[in-house]
Amino acid sequence: MKCDGIPSGCAISGMMSEQGRRIDGRIIIKSIACMHDRSNGLGGGFAAYGIYPKRKDMYAFHMMYDNMEAKEATEEFFKDYFNVDKDEPVPTQRQNGISNPPILWRYFLEVPENKLEFLSERDYVTNTVMKINSEIEGAFVASSGKNMGAFKGVGYPEDIGKFYKLEDYSAYIWTAHGRFPTNTPGWWGGAHPFTLLDWSVVHNGEISSYGINKRYLEMFGYKLELRTDTEVIAYLIDLLVRRHKLPIDKAVMSLASPFWKDIDRMEPEQKKTATMLRQVYGSTLLNGPFSIIVGHSNGMIGLNDRIKLRPMTAARKDDMLYMASEESAIREIAPDLDEVWSPRAGTAVIGTLKAEVE
Amino acid sequence: MESQLPAEFAVNVDHEKCRRCKRCVINCSFGAIEFKDKVTPNSRLCVACHRCATFCPENAITITENPLDYKYGYNWTPEIRKNILKQAESGGIILTGMGNPKPYPIYWDHMLIDACQVTNPSIDPLREPMELRTYLGAKPDSLEFDENISLATELAPQVKLDIPIVFAAMSYGAISLNAHKALAMAATRMGTLMNTGEGGMHEDIAPYADRIIVQVASGRFGVTSKYLNRSAAVEIKIGQGAKPGIGGHLPGEKVGEDISKTRMIPVGTDALSPAPHHDIYSIEDLSQLIYAIKEATDYKKPVSVKIAAVHNVAAIASGIVRAGADIVMLDGFRGGTGAAPMVIRDHVGIPIELALAAVDDRLRQEGIRNRASILVGGSIRQSADVVKAIALGADACVIGTASLIAMGCRVCQKCYTGNCAWGIATQKPELVRRLNPEVAADRLCNLLIAWGHEIQEVLGSLGINAIESLRGSRERLRGVGLPQETLDILGIKHAGIGQ
Repeated sequence: MKCDGIPSGCAISGMMSEQGRRIDGRIIIKSIACMHDRSNGLGGGFAAYGIYPKRKDMYAFHMMYDNMEAKEATEEFFKDYFNVDKDEPVPTQRQNGISNPPILWRYFLEVPENKLEFLSERDYVTNTVMKINSEIEGAFVASSGKNMGAFKGVGYPEDIGKFYKLEDYSAYIWTAHGRFPTNTPGWWGGAHPFTLLDWSVVHNGEISSYGINKRYLEMFGYKLELRTDTEVIAYLIDLLVRRHKLPIDKAVMSLASPFWKDIDRMEPEQKKTATMLRQVYGSTLLNGPFSIIVGHSNGMIGLNDRIKLRPMTAARKDDMLYMASEESAIREIAPDLDEVWSPRAGTAVIGTLKAEVE
Repeated sequence: MESQLPAEFAVNVDHEKCRRCKRCVINCSFGAIEFKDKVTPNSRLCVACHRCATFCPENAITITENPLDYKYGYNWTPEIRKNILKQAESGGIILTGMGNPKPYPIYWDHMLIDACQVTNPSIDPLREPMELRTYLGAKPDSLEFDENISLATELAPQVKLDIPIVFAAMSYGAISLNAHKALAMAATRMGTLMNTGEGGMHEDIAPYADRIIVQVASGRFGVTSKYLNRSAAVEIKIGQGAKPGIGGHLPGEKVGEDISKTRMIPVGTDALSPAPHHDIYSIEDLSQLIYAIKEATDYKKPVSVKIAAVHNVAAIASGIVRAGADIVMLDGFRGGTGAAPMVIRDHVGIPIELALAAVDDRLRQEGIRNRASILVGGSIRQSADVVKAIALGADACVIGTASLIAMGCRVCQKCYTGNCAWGIATQKPELVRRLNPEVAADRLCNLLIAWGHEIQEVLGSLGINAIESLRGSRERLRGVGLPQETLDILGIKHAGIGQ
């Protein structure tokens, strides 16, 4: 299929091997590059899962620093809060179209036993992420999950991908984003994916319910510092799935709930569940146009808003699940597909890891 | 002694047009029009209720403010001088009705609503679903699912509202049975609620009980186990926006056979509601009553606690939620009343906009906002006020005066006299008969239908299709002409500031 994108804001693409096969980064770059015209060069990024097999049980922090002071302050902070197994620069190369990158450094961290007397390990890590982002001037956590990482910045996504040398990484899940920013200035931290722990979100759209989503999250101790609506998605999923332990299909039902007219026609049990989810989690409803791809260690979730105001196509080929803003971006990397479909509004496409990661 | 008070209004009859049909004479319930060979107004008794002018077939009657100038005095306004004259004659507290008419700031009118342009599309409510459904009641922080992925959580009782606007508490006694019937019918048809107020439930509206909040106030009139259980929810009334901190008084002459039965007091006795509940002198006492009611209703009815918006409203509301209330009803200082001392109505309490913002903030800070729904009233005048209130954090709004106006009320503020010419705030059979419950119910439904459509239009322009995406979303409001401190209390930015 000929690759000609329609010029409209933001592109997302995601691919996953449900068998845990790892694939290098060139493929996803090719897919997102196909939708070049959907971005404007003010942001691009990737999330990759399974890239640090040797340190897969450590928290991999990808950091962005505006200056050396921020780096020093953060490293002092890490020394207090973690055991630092290794730290090194994030490998990059010169790339046309990429200028003024911040200092990019990564750390492999373990949580000392004695810090976990009163809270879980992941709550502890979440708190430290919130603390760094809100309290250390000029320091920003790009990602903080285990065996995964976010690679993002200001530029077209294909340039960002080459800048970060993604061909050197192999992952069983890749997501990508090309940005056409409207709400926030193009800055490196503001590019997608947004992450927390092993959650990553790439998002095309605008969350018109941001105000209440934010106030709801603040009630549970989340600090929203990034001046962008995408971070609420990452935090909402963290709250619903990790902290409230909702099954993923129930969590996405809260985020893009069915209409009452459809709920009222459901079978009694299903109706009760859907009604209660809306009653209790009404403030988590994401309203406004969006298509998102959420990555996590065990899978990938694609979701559209309730009336599908942003595009999303999904496809399968053997063990591979693909999702993208445009079918062309999938055909570009997998011309021969078993199945290709447009997910219905508000209906999640859920990919689940079914085997050990190779 | 003849009163020195000048007439407030001048009634003018155009005798050229007048056909002497006497309809005005029959209709005036204040005795302000007599027939002495021709229609002869006694302007001194006119309250500007417009009944005569509305029913005059020849449009021969006009009512104007009495053109009587007072020597100018910025400080000694005519109203103040008249009040002194009244009190010098009577030695009494000045009584009044309806809400605070003074020119205090109306914050609703200093807030503007956002809309979508380009980056997020607006939604056409005529083409797409636009959901207003709201559930009142306590919600848990989270839901639990068992290993079979079926629900392990049971919710506290919830009341469904098809539109987030409910009718305010107005007792049978303060208003007529026909007005009560109209409210009950309209609430049922529109999938919302009416509220008995503190006067008990007349058997004639019992068929609508599923859509009725029954009130338990300090007088405990009409409160029985049956009354509590025959309801959508139970409300403990602590205070009222128009008269925070004081009780109520239904004069004996209004207590006829029917009211006597409904309130369970002897015919002709004054129905006195004490200022406090004499079994609630503290927050722990309130908690006892909340749980006594929950026990009496087998935990099947949400319990609401209604308070007037006063200075410390946020802390009080927090206490009420922690005491176990499922709904907190906040009534602002512009809220209406059938009768209140003017000094209280006009000078006590705080605006609902500020009270609501403070309460919603406080409950969120304490992490207990889910535990109770917030209802707000106290001069919700139009659908825009509803939208703004919900954006500030309310679950739904309460309308009293607006619903009365829909039924015909002209806000003449003479409810306490019992002479309501429109058959609303009266118990005189010949006046009550004027209000046809069916017609009044239609008018109430029309008002809610119209406001519902308007709210849907605003939601569509905001690019959202469910009311819960507006609730508490203060980001979609901006202030105009408000000082920083007010903006901070309201939790909104000034117009001109982006995200």
